[in-house]
Amino acid sequence: MIDCQNLVKHYGPLLAVDDLSFQVEPGEVLGFLGPNGAGKSTTMRVIAGFLPASSGRVTVCGYDIATHATAAKACIGYLPEGAPSYPEMTPRAFLDFVADIRGMHGDSRRARLAEIYGLLHLEHVLEQSIDTLSKGYKRRVGLAQALLHDPQVLILDEPTDGLDPNQKHEVRELINAMAKDKIIIISTHLLEEVDALCNRAIIIAQGRILADDTPANLEARSKFHNAVSLRLADNVALEQIRKEIDALGDVERTEVDANANRLTAFPAPGRMPLRAISELSAERGWEFAELHLESGRLDEVFRTITGGAAA
Amino acid sequence: MNNVMAVMRRELKSYFLTPVAYVFIVIFLILSNTFTFYLGNFYERGQADLMPFFNFHPWLYLFLVPALSMRLWAEERKSGSIELLMTLPIELWQAVLGKYLAAWLFTALALALTFPIWITVNYLGDPDNGVILAAYVGSLLMAGGFLAVGSCISAATKNQVIAFILSVVACFVLLLAGFSMVLDLFSAWAPQALVDTVASLSFLTHFASISKGVIDLRDLVYFALLIGVMLYANAIVLELKKAD
Repeated sequence: MIDCQNLVKHYGPLLAVDDLSFQVEPGEVLGFLGPNGAGKSTTMRVIAGFLPASSGRVTVCGYDIATHATAAKACIGYLPEGAPSYPEMTPRAFLDFVADIRGMHGDSRRARLAEIYGLLHLEHVLEQSIDTLSKGYKRRVGLAQALLHDPQVLILDEPTDGLDPNQKHEVRELINAMAKDKIIIISTHLLEEVDALCNRAIIIAQGRILADDTPANLEARSKFHNAVSLRLADNVALEQIRKEIDALGDVERTEVDANANRLTAFPAPGRMPLRAISELSAERGWEFAELHLESGRLDEVFRTITGGAAA
Repeated sequence: MNNVMAVMRRELKSYFLTPVAYVFIVIFLILSNTFTFYLGNFYERGQADLMPFFNFHPWLYLFLVPALSMRLWAEERKSGSIELLMTLPIELWQAVLGKYLAAWLFTALALALTFPIWITVNYLGDPDNGVILAAYVGSLLMAGGFLAVGSCISAATKNQVIAFILSVVACFVLLLAGFSMVLDLFSAWAPQALVDTVASLSFLTHFASISKGVIDLRDLVYFALLIGVMLYANAIVLELKKAD
C-alpha cells in the first residue's frame, strides 16, 4: 500500500504540497484531480521517489521512499508527466534498457516484452526512433516502460493526455484490467476519466486535499444530483409545463433553456422528483423527446469545490 | 554493477544513434593528425617518437571533451528523461558512474583509432613503444579528468551551450594551473601554500611527466582523485538540481 503522511513540499518559498495525508490500498484506483498547479504532479513525483519531501513520510509497499528508495522504486511503475524517454532510441532498445535496470532476464523477460508490445500495440514501431513517433505512440512507449515489470504500484501522471478517443479507450481498458489487485494512482483533469477508471477521487488545490471520496459520492454533492432533465417535443407549451412541475412538492425549482426546449427540475432536499414528474406527464399526455435522471455532474462539483478557479 | 553497465550501454548506444559519435571521432582524428604533421613537425624533427602527437592532446581535449560532456546531464534534464532515470530502481552513483564511463569509453575508442600514427612511427623508425603506451595511458587519464569536470558542470544546467562554455573555461584553468597566467591571480594575495596547491593541480604538468614515459604514482593518484571528487560533486549537484 501507499501511505502518505503529512507530506509537505516546498520549491524555495513556494509551497507546492501542503500537509497531504492519505493511504491507498490494493484494488483502489485513485484519481488525483485538481486545477493546473494544484500539486498533483509534485505529489506523484515525491511518491515515485524523484523529489525528496520537505517534510512528512511516504512509504510504498512498506519501504520508506526516503531511506529505502531503491526497494520502493522497484515495486513502482511510474509514468512521468509528458512521458519522457530517450528520443534517439527505438522503443525496442529503450524497453530493453528498462528491462535491464529492472533486473529482468531469460525467458520470462522475452515473454514479458512480447506481451507488453502486444498490449500497447507497439509491434509496428519497434524499430523506429521514438523521436519520429506520434504523440500517442510516445505515450504508449511511456506506459510500456511503466508496466514492464508488472508493478504492484502504478503511478501515472496524465496517462491519456494526447491520445485520440480510441487510444484513450484502450488505455482505460488496460488500466481497468489491471486494477483488481494493484494500487493505481492517476492524475488527470479529464473528469470523464475519473468516472471511467477510478473508484476513489481526491480533489486537491493549492496543495491541499479538498475532497476524498468515491466518484459517485462526489457526484451526489452536485446540485444536479437526482435532478430530472426533460427535452420537450416542439409543439408543447414550455411555460405551462414548467408551472405544473414547479408546483410539485418534490421539486424545489426549475430551470428552462428555451433554445434547446429543455427543462431541468431540481429536487427539494432529500427528494426524488422523477416519479412524480413521470406520473404527472402521463396524466397530462405531454410528449417528451427525452427524459432522464441526472446522477450529478463532476465538473460542476469540481468547480464548486475548487472555488471556481481554473478548471 | 549491473545497473552501471546497463546505464553505460544505453548511453553508448545513444552516441552512435546520433551524429555526435561520428562527428567527434572524425574531427578528433583529423585535428590530431593535422596538428602532429603541420604544427608538430613530425617529419622534420627526424625523431622516432610521438611527442608531437601527444603534445597537442591537452589542447584538443580542451574543446572536444566539453563538446562530448555537455550533453551528459544537461540533455537528460532538458528532455525530462532524468525523471525517468531517477525513478528507476538504481542508485544515483550508479547513474553518474554509468554515464561517465560511457563517455570515457567513447573517448578511449576515439583515441584507439589514432593507431595508424603508431604504425607509421614504427614503420619509419624504432621508437620506444613503452613510452608511447605510457603516453596513451596519460592521454586517456587526462581525457577522463576533463570529462569528469564537464560531467559535473553539465549536471548544473539544462543548457548545453552554457555547459560547454563553462566546461571549456574550467578545463582551461585546470590545464594552466601551473602557469603564471593562472598563478598570478593567486600569488598577489594568497599564501604560498595555496599557490603551490593550485600549481600542483595543473593537468599539463601531470600529463607531461606521464607522456615522457614516467608513470609516477602521484600523477595517477592525482587523476584518480580528480575524477573521484568531480563525480562525487556531480552526484551532489544532481541531487540538488534535478528537479529545477
